[in-house]
Amino acid sequence: MVRRRNVIILTVVALASLVTMTVAASGVPKPDIPRGQGESCVADIDFMRRNHMTMLKHQRDETMLKGVRTKQYSLKECVSCHAVKGPDATPVTVSSPKHFCRSCHDYVAVKIDCFQCHASRPEPIVAVDGGGKE
Amino acid sequence: MKRIIYSEIEGQSAHFYALAAILAGLVLAGLVAAIHMEHYGHYVTGMSNQIVWGMPHVFAIFLIVAASGALNVASIGTVFGKALYKPLGRLSGLLALALLIGGLVVLVLDLGRPDRLIVAMTKYNFKSIFAWNINLYVGFIAVVVVYLWLQMERRMNRFVKTAGMVAFLWRLVLTTGTGSIFGFLVAREAYDSAVMAPLFIAMSFSFGLAAYILVLLAACRGSGRELGDVTLQRLGRLLGVFVAAVLYFTAVQHLTNLYAAEHYGVERFMLVDGGVFTLLFWVVQIFVGGILPLLLVFRSPLSGSLNTGRVMALASVLVIIGGFAQVYVIVIGGQAWPLTLFPGMEVSSGFYDGVVVSYMPSVPEIVLGLGGVALALLIVLFGIKVLRFLPATLANSAVDPHFVAEAKGP
Amino acid sequence: MTARKRNPGNTTGFDAARRSFLSAAVAAAGVTLAPGVMLYGITRPSAAKARALDAAASSDVRWGMLIDSNRCDSDCNECVTACSKENGLQGHGRPATDAQWIRKVELHDPGTGLNKSLPMMCQHCADPPCVDVCPTGASFKRADGIVLVDKHTCIGCRYCMMACPYKARSFIHEALEDQKSHAPRGKGTVESCTMCVHRIDDGRQPACVEACNDSGGGAMLFGDLNDPDSEISQRVAKYASQQIRADLGLDPGIRYQNL
Repeated sequence: MVRRRNVIILTVVALASLVTMTVAASGVPKPDIPRGQGESCVADIDFMRRNHMTMLKHQRDETMLKGVRTKQYSLKECVSCHAVKGPDATPVTVSSPKHFCRSCHDYVAVKIDCFQCHASRPEPIVAVDGGGKE
Repeated sequence: MKRIIYSEIEGQSAHFYALAAILAGLVLAGLVAAIHMEHYGHYVTGMSNQIVWGMPHVFAIFLIVAASGALNVASIGTVFGKALYKPLGRLSGLLALALLIGGLVVLVLDLGRPDRLIVAMTKYNFKSIFAWNINLYVGFIAVVVVYLWLQMERRMNRFVKTAGMVAFLWRLVLTTGTGSIFGFLVAREAYDSAVMAPLFIAMSFSFGLAAYILVLLAACRGSGRELGDVTLQRLGRLLGVFVAAVLYFTAVQHLTNLYAAEHYGVERFMLVDGGVFTLLFWVVQIFVGGILPLLLVFRSPLSGSLNTGRVMALASVLVIIGGFAQVYVIVIGGQAWPLTLFPGMEVSSGFYDGVVVSYMPSVPEIVLGLGGVALALLIVLFGIKVLRFLPATLANSAVDPHFVAEAKGP
Repeated sequence: MTARKRNPGNTTGFDAARRSFLSAAVAAAGVTLAPGVMLYGITRPSAAKARALDAAASSDVRWGMLIDSNRCDSDCNECVTACSKENGLQGHGRPATDAQWIRKVELHDPGTGLNKSLPMMCQHCADPPCVDVCPTGASFKRADGIVLVDKHTCIGCRYCMMACPYKARSFIHEALEDQKSHAPRGKGTVESCTMCVHRIDDGRQPACVEACNDSGGGAMLFGDLNDPDSEISQRVAKYASQQIRADLGLDPGIRYQNL
């Protein structure tokens, strides 16, 4: 038996949370996503936002397991196009919050581990010691 | 047959909470160690490109091997119908689960990418014995949970024998698989042997029973339940038989290796001039972990003034120490010996070819391993408090209907 | 060998005879000396033709290497240096845990006193034990014979490192940054020599082979073992070569001469 008293309390709590969250959310800054080079990359923005992870995952298997190196969905090309220049005019790495992927992924709090292995900025890398210690 | 009463332990005393706190603290320390290793990378450990598996694996393999052996006690009661072991079955299942979980946690936390556990649980290369083992371990947990339920739900007791048989066979396959992890490595001279599988089975019997005896003693003494000598003597003597089996298979392993000239180098290394490995093998594994416990459990009844519980506890502790050394020698010693790429030639390079590699266990590794042990014990502690795993009494008259108290003493 | 120039409108028969004698002599000398001598400075044509970007690797091809230990100098480390540079292998001053894809191995025969030197890397076996033991299938063999680690699937269990008879694999013990874009590598995964798969797919040679040739060593030859017309196939058909630990039956793609 559901008591009327309980239904009223729950509804009030739910509505209050909804209002609070909406008010709070409007206070969170939207991410500042830098534009990549060129017109559009692979597909339009809405499609890419929803599906870029699927395309990357498919491409990685094609490249890794079969050696297919088409450029359209290649991660290297993505990184190259979406490179963001830092204060010293060289592209930033993923350790900087201005990195293209981080600008959105930090906002939605979805951790990616691509750049634990992959280079997060295009080569040639202009580093102080000439790149790569040996 | 008289109905056996099981009950939870009270678990209200200061000692209980102190023990729980210590174990929880160790588990926490283990987690911190794992996070430290994962964050900085494995260079903070003693493991390297030469000694690839270190202390965490020694702990994990010991725990996993002991887990399958701990279930033996329940199997003897259910499958082989020995009345004396029937009251011991529930604790045996709990301990098996706890040890396995503790071992698996250590193993998973030591992975280079523990965040990829889901990948490990969903993508399988079934040519790999490792992949089989993952399935066997998870399946073992499921089988033991069902087995325990069938034991504890009295209305389901009639199915216990089937479950017990399944559990018994499953754990034999599981331990064979664990031994085969090493036995299948053709590249390593210390491992490439079919006797690794039966050796691991014998080790599991021995370590598992030793762990069980210690846990049973601690639980009964701690909760004030009587644990009679009849049970202790039977368990202790069985431990002696298993210890002898381990000694036998160890002898077979080394003797057969010595026969083949190509393995002479690695055998000489292990048995004669391997430094710490030789010391661990002869002194700790064979003497402390093998000969001494045999003397203790099979001692003549003339020295009956010794407390049976203390003697069995000591024997079990020695078996565990010796077992630990055995796993260490197998895992670390087998990797320390260099791969033979060019038979007959002296080899040197910048990548430690041709030299015996040294290994120094690091603090994070040891703490992680201890955390796994603590987790296993914490699970047991928690289990016997909330559910009825422990029999109310294991007094001599309760377990053995034909027992007549003799004037021989304890 | 030497082409005989036809010059019909020229000279006396004496000059022609001298010319033809010289040509024959050089040809004879060449044929006599060729078996034991690899001639310096022959630019080997690119063994790999660049594959079309959307073409998958095919099992029609089997990439392999032939290494002549006689031409490998103890003091030379060109292959190791080139590999480190090409693949972005950073040394951290910790030799026990630093990655090594290729290494120079010095052999000494205590019985005869013979000393030899050779480079050692992933042998790219046809039946790799590392592929057999990998629980997730991350360690795999590509269709054209190159053994690789799929770092997307690698959980870092290091079982393949235990299984490899050649100690070819390295585990990455620390966080990395600024990796080469053609050689992704990261903390917690296992890696080994890829035979510069990114170069092969592009029609070039592995960095170690190129460096060895450029520096004048000429000890390493790369090519397609399945192509009977390739230089490597012709060499292994003609001159004795061996695989390391051939007794294990793994059929490595790397063969050695004059061991």
